[in-house]
Amino acid sequence: MDNIREQYLVKKKPFYQPQHDEVELYEAAYAARLPVMIKGPTGCGKSRFIEYMAWKLGKPLISVACNEDMTASDLVGRYLLDAEGTRWLDGPLTMAARIGAICYLDEIVEARQDTTVVIHPLTDHRRSLPLDKKGELVEAHPDFQLVISYNPGYQSLMKDLKQSTKQRFAAFEFDYPDPDVETEIVANETGVDRDVAARLVKIGIAARNLKGHGLDEGISTRLLVYAATLIRQGISPRAACRMALVRPITDDADIRDTLDHAIDAAFEA
Amino acid sequence: MAEGITPAELSKQLGRTFPEVQAVFDDLAASAIARLPEDGVRAWLEGGKFLGSLGRGAEPMLVFFEESPEVAAILGVEAIDLLQKTAYAISRTPNGRAMVPFLQTAAVAARRLESMEMFEAYLKLVLHVMQESTTSVHGIVATHPSPCFEDFLKSVPTLLANLSLAGLSNWVEFGLRGYANDPEGQANYFALQAPEAHQVMARERHGTLLVDRERALGLYLRAMWRQDMRLAPFMRWFDEIRSRKPFFDKGTAHLPDVLDDMVCASGRVAGMDIYRAMLAHLAAHRRWTRPMIADNYSPFQRVAIEVFEDARVDLLACREWPGLRGLYLALHPRPEEEAAPADACDVHHRLAMFSRAVLDPDHGYRDAVLLEFVARFHELFDKAGDSQAFARLAVEWYVKSRKPSDISTTLFLDDTDVPFRDDNRLMWIFIEPDEEDEQAASSSELEHEQPALPPIHYDEWDARAGHYRPDWVCLYEHLHPSGDASGIDALLAKHGPLLKRLQRLIDMLKPQNKVRIRFQEEGSELDLDVAIRSLVDYRAGSQPDMRINMSHRTDGRSIAVSLLLDLSVSLNEKPAGAERTILELSREAVSLLGWAVQQTGDPLAIGGFHSNSRHEVRYYHLKGWSEDWNDAVKARIAAMQGAYSTRMGAAMRHAGRALASQQAEKKLLLVLTDGRPHDVDVKDEQYLIRDAHKAVQELDAEGIYTFCINLDPQADEYVSDIFGSHYTVIDHVERLPEKLPELFLRLTK
Repeated sequence: MDNIREQYLVKKKPFYQPQHDEVELYEAAYAARLPVMIKGPTGCGKSRFIEYMAWKLGKPLISVACNEDMTASDLVGRYLLDAEGTRWLDGPLTMAARIGAICYLDEIVEARQDTTVVIHPLTDHRRSLPLDKKGELVEAHPDFQLVISYNPGYQSLMKDLKQSTKQRFAAFEFDYPDPDVETEIVANETGVDRDVAARLVKIGIAARNLKGHGLDEGISTRLLVYAATLIRQGISPRAACRMALVRPITDDADIRDTLDHAIDAAFEA
Repeated sequence: MAEGITPAELSKQLGRTFPEVQAVFDDLAASAIARLPEDGVRAWLEGGKFLGSLGRGAEPMLVFFEESPEVAAILGVEAIDLLQKTAYAISRTPNGRAMVPFLQTAAVAARRLESMEMFEAYLKLVLHVMQESTTSVHGIVATHPSPCFEDFLKSVPTLLANLSLAGLSNWVEFGLRGYANDPEGQANYFALQAPEAHQVMARERHGTLLVDRERALGLYLRAMWRQDMRLAPFMRWFDEIRSRKPFFDKGTAHLPDVLDDMVCASGRVAGMDIYRAMLAHLAAHRRWTRPMIADNYSPFQRVAIEVFEDARVDLLACREWPGLRGLYLALHPRPEEEAAPADACDVHHRLAMFSRAVLDPDHGYRDAVLLEFVARFHELFDKAGDSQAFARLAVEWYVKSRKPSDISTTLFLDDTDVPFRDDNRLMWIFIEPDEEDEQAASSSELEHEQPALPPIHYDEWDARAGHYRPDWVCLYEHLHPSGDASGIDALLAKHGPLLKRLQRLIDMLKPQNKVRIRFQEEGSELDLDVAIRSLVDYRAGSQPDMRINMSHRTDGRSIAVSLLLDLSVSLNEKPAGAERTILELSREAVSLLGWAVQQTGDPLAIGGFHSNSRHEVRYYHLKGWSEDWNDAVKARIAAMQGAYSTRMGAAMRHAGRALASQQAEKKLLLVLTDGRPHDVDVKDEQYLIRDAHKAVQELDAEGIYTFCINLDPQADEYVSDIFGSHYTVIDHVERLPEKLPELFLRLTK
């Protein structure tokens, strides 16, 4: 048991730049073991925050990236067949409940709605997980906490959480950091100088202004970090930005031209 | 060139002539001798003599003597002969007076076209315009002068400045075709008075068109300046001495309709980048400029304040987006120091130098006042001075740099136009109370007069010319007036047996297609393929896939239908052998169809149209997408009336536009008509048929299936030209009410 727990601990301190008081709020929520939901656009630091908190609290972290083919047994566990017969294998959620980990379900709306209801008993006063196929009721470890994240940005009618799921969580709303903080993040994460980082952030903000006008999502902090990484390697800023910031996010020629122009305006030749 | 000849000799050869010519002949001859070789001078003299002998006075001869040497100097001596022959051809028609404008513009045309070959083509085009626009009796004898030929010749310099010869030819064709039956409109068009003339010109000309890039520019504003402005084009290249500048008014940025790439010292600046620079400047004004009261300053002070403010916001914009500086500097003129003559007023020039110096650290100017103020400008800029502070600095500059020549009436304006800057109307507040009151009064009057919805414009396809006529048709939307809904219910009751039959058909249409959902852990059936694969995996010792079941779901029916009714006057006729008018039959048919579609649950819109020339196509809403089959809808259908003509293309485009925005897998546009497309202002029968066909193609490209139900016994002549094979002709109009719903159900099965 202990070596499993060991394996999921976050060993190295992840870099995380607090934006407001989210660290204290999370600590308070964890102290009460409240399930937490994190909303925010893609690449704004949701996963990084959880990783950082797990490190800070010294708890193991089990992350699951959800997808639409995922079934309840992918979370809970299933019987496997082997030479002697059948053998039960815990899914990540069960494992987290047993060892007292923070279980992080990333992009939960991607999973089918019938899948998401299995988390319900773990998120209220019961704090237990029935394994009906195995006939076992797993009592959650006192350290166990459930965290989910989702991105309201590309919300479609089909992809939304049920009210009954939503109302089991305390929620954080993340957004892209303020320009100064974001500059700090890009500079710290990659080592480019502050001026370059500030210009990258400016391009990012320009793209975010286009959200809903042909872009589903603006340029994320993650992409800015990519661009800065390329610049660190000696690529010219204009080429790096085109490659890391513009080409990935759009196929629309007008938007591409506009963002290319923004790059030229931010980095004079 | 032809040194052997003297003016006196030529004068002798010319012999007796008009006194007006006599008076200036020696000068003209001297100039011709200087520019032409000997055979050229002879041809020149002969040509002039000939034109003088045509009995149209001295003017043609005089203009010929003046202009032809220049044409010949550009194109060669043969051009003189050609010019004379063309002028002669013109003189033999009722358009003889046009000889003079023709000769007057020949030199301009020659300069633009540069080659003999092109010039010949141009002359052909000129004669073509004359022939096509001159009225003739029985197609043989031309009797009345062309309404537009002279105007056309006068417009030639403007046209050729903007269009290639091919473009000019298209422009001319449009005018000849589009206004074939409208001499007054044609004259306006060729005199460049009609808006269409400019639209077609804009389409044919080179450069970046604002309408093409509107979206990209909107994105630019939003992304980089977080501002929203409507963009509106204005025309500026037409007979204006100083080009109009962009301006901002009531939330709209007015920009030139078309921009050519600019060639400047540092390379080429694309038209699109000039648009961006204009918008950046306007956006910067909106962000940082605080309006001032204009009445407090003298005109020159105002000019100075404007330039200071322009430079300030441009500098702020460059601080925000450093790359803009390169673009601004490429576009900003570089005025030369001491270029202005001593006695001219060069305030604008001095200010242009100042603004250059502010933006460009390597300006290289040496003037002491200028340098002092540039330094003070930057100092104030670093202290984040506002509009007011800079206005004070500008006034001080004006006082310091004033020269005695500033009161001169000659303005020196070389290199002072900064192409991306606006006219600065947004930075002034004018206190002129009287005018304001008047404006307020007149605008409120206008609001009262305006009827409901503004017109929507649609292009129309001109098949003979092979292009669209821009914004050719005006379409007005109305809600159809209501009548008595109970009549429709009575109609439906009458058709009881038919309704029962339809109901059976509809029940069969109800969605029943089953779609398999595979790879289910739990499902209604075992999916054998997957199960076997899993078993193989299991036997092989690897982990089997547990998702071996499958289930089903029924596939939904997703069809949006738009029914378009022809409400033209022919609806009121009774077809041969029928007891009721087509209108009554249509009403029944539409009622039954409405009922049937309601039963299937498909979204349905019903619209009707008729037209009274291209300026008034009326589109009536009978049933909207979100409306149920209720009494309000039935009341409108009961009130259907037939009037006016059938301009089908525009109505189809309009119905298609609403249909395209519906969320459905299949989109069906049903057109119910009783005759061929026709309108009072169109003589060519094929024109509207081809346009309607084009509309069908456009809709097809948008994924809309168009189907026509035609009640015209002669429909076979044209209906397939419009709808291809997507039509049905109902021969027994009496049976329309039962046919229409059946047809719909068959189409959507």
